[in-house]
Amino acid sequence: MNSKLFLGLMIVGTFMFVAAPVMIAQAPYESTMGLIQKIFYFHVPAWFAMFLAVFVCGVSSALYLFRKNPVADRLAESAAEIAVLFGVIGLTTGPLWARKAWGVWWTWDPRLTMALILEMIFLAYLLLRWYGGPGSDKLAAGLGLFAMANVPFVYISVNVWRTIHPTTNVVPSLATSAPGMFVPFVWCMVAFLILFIVMLAARTRLEEKRAEVEQLYLSLEDV
Amino acid sequence: MVVFLILVLSEEGGNLIGDQQPPLLGEPQEEFVPIDQLPPEDQLPAAPLLVAAYGIIWLVVFGYLWSIWKRLSSVENELKTISNRLHND
Amino acid sequence: MCKDLRIESRSWEMISTIVFFAASCVLVFSFALVREGRPIEGVAPGIIWISVAFAGTLGLGRAFERERHYDALRGLMMAPVERSAIFSGKLLGILLLMGITELIIVSVVALMFQVTLFERPLYLIALLVTGTVGFASVGTLFAAMLVRTRSRGVLLPVLLYPITIPVLIAGVGGTFALIQADPNLDLVRFWIATMVFFDVVFLTLALWTFELVMTE
Repeated sequence: MNSKLFLGLMIVGTFMFVAAPVMIAQAPYESTMGLIQKIFYFHVPAWFAMFLAVFVCGVSSALYLFRKNPVADRLAESAAEIAVLFGVIGLTTGPLWARKAWGVWWTWDPRLTMALILEMIFLAYLLLRWYGGPGSDKLAAGLGLFAMANVPFVYISVNVWRTIHPTTNVVPSLATSAPGMFVPFVWCMVAFLILFIVMLAARTRLEEKRAEVEQLYLSLEDV
Repeated sequence: MVVFLILVLSEEGGNLIGDQQPPLLGEPQEEFVPIDQLPPEDQLPAAPLLVAAYGIIWLVVFGYLWSIWKRLSSVENELKTISNRLHND
Repeated sequence: MCKDLRIESRSWEMISTIVFFAASCVLVFSFALVREGRPIEGVAPGIIWISVAFAGTLGLGRAFERERHYDALRGLMMAPVERSAIFSGKLLGILLLMGITELIIVSVVALMFQVTLFERPLYLIALLVTGTVGFASVGTLFAAMLVRTRSRGVLLPVLLYPITIPVLIAGVGGTFALIQADPNLDLVRFWIATMVFFDVVFLTLALWTFELVMTE
């Protein structure tokens, strides 16, 4: 990625993140959950970024596997790391919210379960990459592709799995996004999107430089 | 295009909010008890949780970005040293 | 595949040890998941499928370990045999192994937990077959992938289990629905259909990527 674009995105992103808490603080309170609901302004965009990362990893894994494009491999590894990162954010802010709003840290709700499964798959991807030794790039690419293909199945199975159990849940009749909440929410979504792009670009660049160093080492040996 | 994106995202957000199904301990409630009508012992202080949440986010994000930056500078130094060696040989 | 079968029939070692392992798995679970001296309700389907998964993982590891030991896989790859045939051969071998194991597991569980597993045998077989095919397809690919990887023993389950969780959920859900006093056959059929879908998608993916992942 062109460094001017990168710098520009970083500046915009930083600005947005600085402005975000102010906007969030000024947003109206949600009537049933009160203060804790404000987590959602970062929680939801974090998950959105995670899914984006999963998608990027899956597609670039496929590209690497079928076209053997080294850029795709770097992109896939970076995206997987970032997916795990945003997943961690989602899985920690979620329970913090849930503790206050629902009284429990965790519940086997379809969405939470699916998120957990996805996170585990990508943790497995990283373990393979780090500890698999040589040749694990292609193997990880296979895993990445399988992970992406698996998403709809996880979705179906977890959704039906939970609905056949009796639940003691109550669907909160939350107010539909009032304009006061809408603007900060979209702001945060865009901010996270920019953050995602910045992170991906930076991490991929790290891999690029590492590859360059390795190349140089190899040519050094030839000398 | 941007307007379209915003509309889609807002719908997504609305759906996500509407889909939350919080389990409650004990009996299922039939209707909502607004938070200020809950008996005081059920009310957890929200502020520490909120602060913790945002704190974690900032920590994780900046921690990661900082680690990338550190690794990147060390790799770039290594790059410089090797290419110098290569050009001197 | 014929080669594998012949090796198997000459040495019952692998089949018998894995079947025994599966049976002892069931036993461990039945002692662990106990409340007031009696097994917990509704735990039988879970036990079946977890034991299947564990036994399958062991079998996969063993199947490819032998190949690795004699570096036979590389020889096979260089032979003018279609790659997909190698994959299918290994897959069929594993399916056979898992099938035999499942027969034992289901029988033991039915005995110990007094569950009415054999009342609708066709549905049960459908559930087990579709689930096993899904698990084994992904498993065979991953096991083959990892044959020359460090830490392959622990990496196989690490990679395999998260990906096959939908199969597990479907299998347990379907079996659970089946053993109810008044089974919801629509639900059973739904889970079978889900697994069929899973099998089609992942078998195709596995065949497709087998060669790509193996070339080194």
